[in-house]
Amino acid sequence: MRKKKIAGRIIYHILVCGFGLLMIYPLIWMVMSSFKETSTIFTTAGSLIPEDFQLDNYANGWKGFAGISFGVFFRNSLFISVAATIGTAASSAIAAFGFARCRFRGRRILFMAMLVSMMLPAQVLMIPQYLWYQKLGWIGTYVPLIVPYFFAIQGFFVYLMTNFIEGIPRDLDEAAKIDGCSYWGIFVNIILPLMKPALVTGGIFSFMWRWDDFLSALLYVNKSSKYPVSLALKLFCDPGSSSDYGAMFAMATLSILPAVCIFIFFQKYLVEGISTSGLKG
Amino acid sequence: MAKTKRTIGHSLLTKESSAGVLFTLPFTVGFLMFMIVPMGISLYYSFCEYNILSEPKFIGLDNFIKMFTDDAIYMTSLKVTFFFAFVSVPIRLVFALIVALILLRTTKVTGFYRAAYYLPSIIGGSVAVAILWKRMFAIDGVVNALLGKIGIETSFSWLGDKRTAIWVLILLSVWQFGSSMLIFLSALKQIPSNLYESARVDGAGKIAQFFKITLPLLTPTIFFNLVMQMINGFLAFTQSMIITQGKPLNSTLFYAVYVYQQSFEFYNTGYGAAMAWVMLALIGAVTGILFATKKFWVYEGGL
Repeated sequence: MRKKKIAGRIIYHILVCGFGLLMIYPLIWMVMSSFKETSTIFTTAGSLIPEDFQLDNYANGWKGFAGISFGVFFRNSLFISVAATIGTAASSAIAAFGFARCRFRGRRILFMAMLVSMMLPAQVLMIPQYLWYQKLGWIGTYVPLIVPYFFAIQGFFVYLMTNFIEGIPRDLDEAAKIDGCSYWGIFVNIILPLMKPALVTGGIFSFMWRWDDFLSALLYVNKSSKYPVSLALKLFCDPGSSSDYGAMFAMATLSILPAVCIFIFFQKYLVEGISTSGLKG
Repeated sequence: MAKTKRTIGHSLLTKESSAGVLFTLPFTVGFLMFMIVPMGISLYYSFCEYNILSEPKFIGLDNFIKMFTDDAIYMTSLKVTFFFAFVSVPIRLVFALIVALILLRTTKVTGFYRAAYYLPSIIGGSVAVAILWKRMFAIDGVVNALLGKIGIETSFSWLGDKRTAIWVLILLSVWQFGSSMLIFLSALKQIPSNLYESARVDGAGKIAQFFKITLPLLTPTIFFNLVMQMINGFLAFTQSMIITQGKPLNSTLFYAVYVYQQSFEFYNTGYGAAMAWVMLALIGAVTGILFATKKFWVYEGGL
């Protein structure tokens, strides 16, 4: 009986582990290829271990395009992602508090609008927003990539945080209200500290989405010195580029590093935060 | 706190009704400025011949008529997009649910497994992964190399054949099942264990427990995921734009890519705006249909 149990456990782990390896195999292949000599990447595509482990691809890739190094692209991406994320977290938390804790005229309609905005992704709004930002003179700047996020335009985050706040018991609010605390006071002193898990979760998602954002950068950024990483990577694919696949894989690897780091660092927060600590108050 | 200075702002924020308006003001302004106004502009342009450079010329319904009667590529992109959304989303959700059930059993290494399965969905939408995918399925890429290793020598061009190219993109989408898996996992953990205990007492087996307890209680989560991912499926862009550019023979020409091409490469911006509106109507219709089916399969009672 015990033997059977152990055998079952071993089979379970072999299957789950094997499938897990298959899942991340593409990524391992990319990382390993980035250390291969660029001309051997596809002649030795079937083997993972580089015959001649080297860092040349990183040096070559980092040089970037037309004298603009990848350092610049990374700085651009970091700036855009951090700014947009701060905006998203702050504005979404404020709006979510309003939805979750206040009854007011038009609340239902606004809430509906929020749900609608959740279902209106960038691709549908691409032309309308482009035309509008053109009228505002925002094309070619970072404004379209940052400023809208300070107005809680991503319903997803408002929705997430509204649900979270609704899960926090109202006893503390009521007590503070009796003490004469304003709604702003309740928000800052009581709800905001309790919201930390939702803010971290939202912040992580927002940062990664902004970091990966390709479409809006493609539309609004037109000077290569202003390119974020996502757009710069595409230059490797453009016809007429020298097709240095080693350099391409090296820079692609670097570009996913922030997301991977955040993921490793916050994973516990992310997974546990959603299900336990917060929702039960 | 009762001693706080009573300014006008303070009194506004003390009354529940005005506080609500103030707190939601950023959203209200943003919604008007960045959604409603641009949508209004584009609604007007969708009835115009407009190419960004010259003044828009009103042409009534011509854009919409052209779309459905005189643009074979448009119809192709519509078909491709529907196929992609209706195939990739259900596969991904089923996968996510199965893996979530498997990973529910906690062992010392569950955290590691969860990470391995979740990682692809974190970075899967990035340009880095798109270019990686493109190289993996190239003639000399890793897929053919590994097939060669197990004895299937081939120089098949996965992205060059119109039968397989779309499946390469579907595979990329299914590969990113991790975030749905996490949502399922947290929903699964919220199901009270006493439900299973009483079911066991009543003699229900594992399979009966799954269909009578787990699945019904998960339906709201499944529904939410289905709606959101369908919408995203209809709007897939980056993958097609970078990996295939709609090739070969438009077999991977996603709707959003075609809208982009018409608007910003061929400068038929009015036509593009009209297409975006049709897309919106289609998404609305599909979402509406999904919501209409909700009462037949989504469990809404409490625990």
